[in-house]
Amino acid sequence: MKELFPLKQVNGFVFSLLLTIIALSVYFLDMSFELGMTILLVTAFIQATVQLVVFMHAGESEDKRSIYTSTLYGIIIALFTVFGSLLAMVWGYL
Amino acid sequence: MEFFDRFAVPHPSPLIYASMVAIGLTVIAIFLGITYFKKWGYLWREWLTTVDHKRIGIMYIISALLMLFRGGADAVMMRLQTSVPDNAFLDAQHYNEVFTTHGVVMIFFMAMAFVIGLMNFVVPLQIGARDVAFPRLNAISFWLYFAGAMLFNISFVVGGSPDAGWTNYYPLASTDFSTSVGINYYNWALQISGIGTLMTGINFIVTILKMRAPGMKLMKMPMFTWSSLITNIIIVFAFPVLTIALLMGTFDRQFGTNFFTSVNGGMDMMWANLFWVWGHPEVYILILPAFGIYSEIISTFSSRNLYGYKSMVGSMAIISLLSFLVWVHHFFTMGHGALTNSIFSITTMAIAVPTGIKIFNWLLTMWKGKIRFTVPMLYSVAFIPLFTIGGVTGVMLAMASADYQYHNTMFLVAHFHNVIIPGVVFAMLAGLTYWWPKMFGFMLNEKIGKWAFWNLAIGFCLAFFPMYITGLDGQARRMYTYSEATGFGPLNMLSFAGAAIMAIGFALIVYNVYYSFRHAPRNVGDDPWDARTLEWATHNPVPHYNFAVTPQVNSSQALWDSKKHGYQLFKHDLTEIHMPNNSGAPIILAGLFFIFGFSFVFFIWPGVIVSGIAILACLAYRSFEKDDGYHIPVKEIKETEEKFGGAKK
Repeated sequence: MKELFPLKQVNGFVFSLLLTIIALSVYFLDMSFELGMTILLVTAFIQATVQLVVFMHAGESEDKRSIYTSTLYGIIIALFTVFGSLLAMVWGYL
Repeated sequence: MEFFDRFAVPHPSPLIYASMVAIGLTVIAIFLGITYFKKWGYLWREWLTTVDHKRIGIMYIISALLMLFRGGADAVMMRLQTSVPDNAFLDAQHYNEVFTTHGVVMIFFMAMAFVIGLMNFVVPLQIGARDVAFPRLNAISFWLYFAGAMLFNISFVVGGSPDAGWTNYYPLASTDFSTSVGINYYNWALQISGIGTLMTGINFIVTILKMRAPGMKLMKMPMFTWSSLITNIIIVFAFPVLTIALLMGTFDRQFGTNFFTSVNGGMDMMWANLFWVWGHPEVYILILPAFGIYSEIISTFSSRNLYGYKSMVGSMAIISLLSFLVWVHHFFTMGHGALTNSIFSITTMAIAVPTGIKIFNWLLTMWKGKIRFTVPMLYSVAFIPLFTIGGVTGVMLAMASADYQYHNTMFLVAHFHNVIIPGVVFAMLAGLTYWWPKMFGFMLNEKIGKWAFWNLAIGFCLAFFPMYITGLDGQARRMYTYSEATGFGPLNMLSFAGAAIMAIGFALIVYNVYYSFRHAPRNVGDDPWDARTLEWATHNPVPHYNFAVTPQVNSSQALWDSKKHGYQLFKHDLTEIHMPNNSGAPIILAGLFFIFGFSFVFFIWPGVIVSGIAILACLAYRSFEKDDGYHIPVKEIKETEEKFGGAKK
């Protein structure tokens, strides 16, 4: 019975619903812009990780390592691009 | 009549009218010729619908050579215009159009196509595969590139060329300052061919990761395959940025949004930022495969294995990461503070380290080797010192404070031509000469090839070294003329002479193809260069299934091991081969994309809507199409193998 019941996926589903509710609270509760953005960013990244690992089965195949390596590489380049652009276009003038 | 007015060239001249006539006559001649010789069926069955990676590679290379001559003609026109002070051969507007199309054609439609063409031809052979992972997608990539290239190339006779430089900076490229449809052409042509390139990137990553012959671990791949893998990873990460930036530019110009405007919250330098976020990785997309080709050639013609295999791979991996961290050095003078400039200055200089490691590895590969100075080797040997000069001037440009002096002068122009011509162009010509017998079954004439090489090498030095001097003296880039008092005249004349010598070199290469096609012997064997990697282990020219038996690999130079150490490459018996079917869908899809792009350029909304729906219909059709390819029975393989000169051991 235990093998048949997808406990991980059900937990993941509940967890992702929870994350959605927390993100929604930014709209319904009265809070500062900074706090709201922080909550949205943090829940968004956790949400993406949950989807990738639990529902897209990132860690379950033989090429687990290459999947995680390329994802990490993508994230690093995306972060460099975003923060580098901010540095070049906004912060660099302060 | 009003409808047709928009297609008129806004700034015509006798030269453009002459080109119109020439283009018209050439197209008519090609159509009549094909019809007269009854080649339409052959062309359609064997080439236009092919999904064979070798033929797609050859089509890429032919297109790249055509574009090389288009871009080369632009280059000669520019050098001619600036050869004497106050020249009136081209006016300012034409000069703008010529340097813009020169840059775009050379980077996107010549260099990229040449690199991808060689990758297409060589990589599946080097890893012992029958084709790429997604053959149909590969054909779509090629035809999208071709549609983009053709769309860009008709711009100068229909509606006017783009004229804001290949970097296309806003606000100059906005509708306020560029009123003709030229920049729309730029956006759509690059968008369409960029989608093709992105698909190539995914295709080749999957091919190299999943389709290697048994025994070929990652660290046993030939160096060109390694460089292709890393290049395609960069493509996949860099090209989406260009796609989005072009889309934002299109929205600004055609729907009145304010991404890159200087009012209403727009940020005009954001284009420059996004362009170079893509653009700097792009230069490594071009140079890494070149490094791979040089590695193969230098090792083959020194009769030694490649020195420092692991450090070669490692340095390419580091270059691929660093290539994403340096883009701000293209606009050091934009006005941000010392901190920003210092960060990007240091990352830029850091790239010189892994590149230096590679230079030393090539030198040490040749050290004590038995060097044969064939044409490909000559290009490779010339590459090392010339590229190093380009690299050193690159480090000079990387110093942010000094860059205020060099920025947008001819010094910069000299620098990037100094890395691109000996780096990329020489590599492509070397690679083409090296793999030519694999493609066509005969060799290019060595004597004419050497003449071409010396013309190109000497012409290059004469054309570009004077620019370092005039640049330091203050000659600005993209300036269509100058007064005699500046004193730039003599050195610019020297540059023109160099350009003319290079033109002779390229003409010699064309003559060499003609001469060798007529006179070269066809019995060159399967391994005419005494090479080391797997692509030379099959027949010459290659049968469409590549290898009758999938080879077993034990090292990065499997063929060398089988020749010298008695290693057995083909251990199994013949079995049925599964191959993909040809398809007309890719060329039809690309044709629709061409109509879509052309209609969008000119705001012809019915055309956009109809072709857009047709594109979606093509995609939907493909989703429901059942095409499992076909099988070649053992008997047929045996017959083909006999025809190609017996089974391989």
